[in-house]
Amino acid sequence: MTKVRTRLSLPPIVQKGEIFEVKTLVTHPMDNGFMFSRDGQRIPRHIINRFEASFNGALVFRADWHEAVSPNPFMSFHASVQESGKFDFRWYDDDGTIHTASAEIEVA
Amino acid sequence: MRSAPPIFLALGFLAAASSPIAEEPDLFGGEFPLSGYLYMGDQVRALQDDEFQNPGLFAVEFGEELWSTPTGGKGLSCQSCHEEASDSMRSVAATYPQFDEELGSLVNLEARINEMLTAYMDAPAFPQESDELLSLTAFVTFQSRGIPIGVDISGEAERYWQEGHEFYTQRRGQLNLACNQCHDDLAGFNLRGDRISQGHVNGFPVYRLMWNSMGSRHRMFRWCNWAVRAEPYELGSREYLSLELYLAWRSNGLPIEAPAVRP
Repeated sequence: MTKVRTRLSLPPIVQKGEIFEVKTLVTHPMDNGFMFSRDGQRIPRHIINRFEASFNGALVFRADWHEAVSPNPFMSFHASVQESGKFDFRWYDDDGTIHTASAEIEVA
Repeated sequence: MRSAPPIFLALGFLAAASSPIAEEPDLFGGEFPLSGYLYMGDQVRALQDDEFQNPGLFAVEFGEELWSTPTGGKGLSCQSCHEEASDSMRSVAATYPQFDEELGSLVNLEARINEMLTAYMDAPAFPQESDELLSLTAFVTFQSRGIPIGVDISGEAERYWQEGHEFYTQRRGQLNLACNQCHDDLAGFNLRGDRISQGHVNGFPVYRLMWNSMGSRHRMFRWCNWAVRAEPYELGSREYLSLELYLAWRSNGLPIEAPAVRP
């Protein structure tokens, strides 16, 4: 797609301290820089090089991605929270843009 | 939403009824038609079934935005006339390609969308295989998920059907293969690392892992022709439209799975 799209999956309501899974997906070509186009031109590297998740402003998960990561990267991790709040997700693109998404979560 | 697993289960049940060992239908030509879904590995099936991960659904999302965004000189969007796609577009995709009396030719869904854009909305047509056209096609086809394909080949369309049938059975390319030699006679067998399917078109537009992107039926035809080392025809050409009609007729009765994921 022309626009980078993100998709999130995490439960809207959890128990205090309950472990749940956070799933994220972002659409991205993840060109690794080693491929050539039909006319013989090298397709420049264009990947998302870092993924970060924070909860209420504090970093809770970070991953550095490299050239071998597939297109449309899927990332999931487990977390537990003590209070209601907001998850912020950031994908750092090689071209300098930061793709963002966020989700509210409530402690029952 | 999840149309594929029920079909698979239903067919599996039928097969199980006749033979207690078999869990899957006979993939080797014993049953017809069978969706390409059944010829894929478990992982690709899981990717298609997972609404979170299926990359084709991003195209559907984008198509939904296009559906409701006004464009062109008249400031109309698709929604202005067709309103809710879930009602107005339900089962529409199952009847394409169809013969259009006014245009005097066969049109497929992509051509119909472009005709609507130029004739009624005063907007430029989307280029073939553009993200926009594929996404809008995927969105419209998505509304028919689970509805069996039912194209009409009576009247004028029969001529095209005949041409499509000839195309399908014509040997071509350096490998000198006709479509039917594999997709009719050798379905279920392996071609190198791939399993040959019956070649149905109920999943299009598909997200193809090999391409890392969405593709239309015509792009797949071009790929197929290239794969037997034949000169591919143009996207939207009469040859491919006829073939598309023939293949859609051949898939009559198969529920639409778009956007499918194919290896």
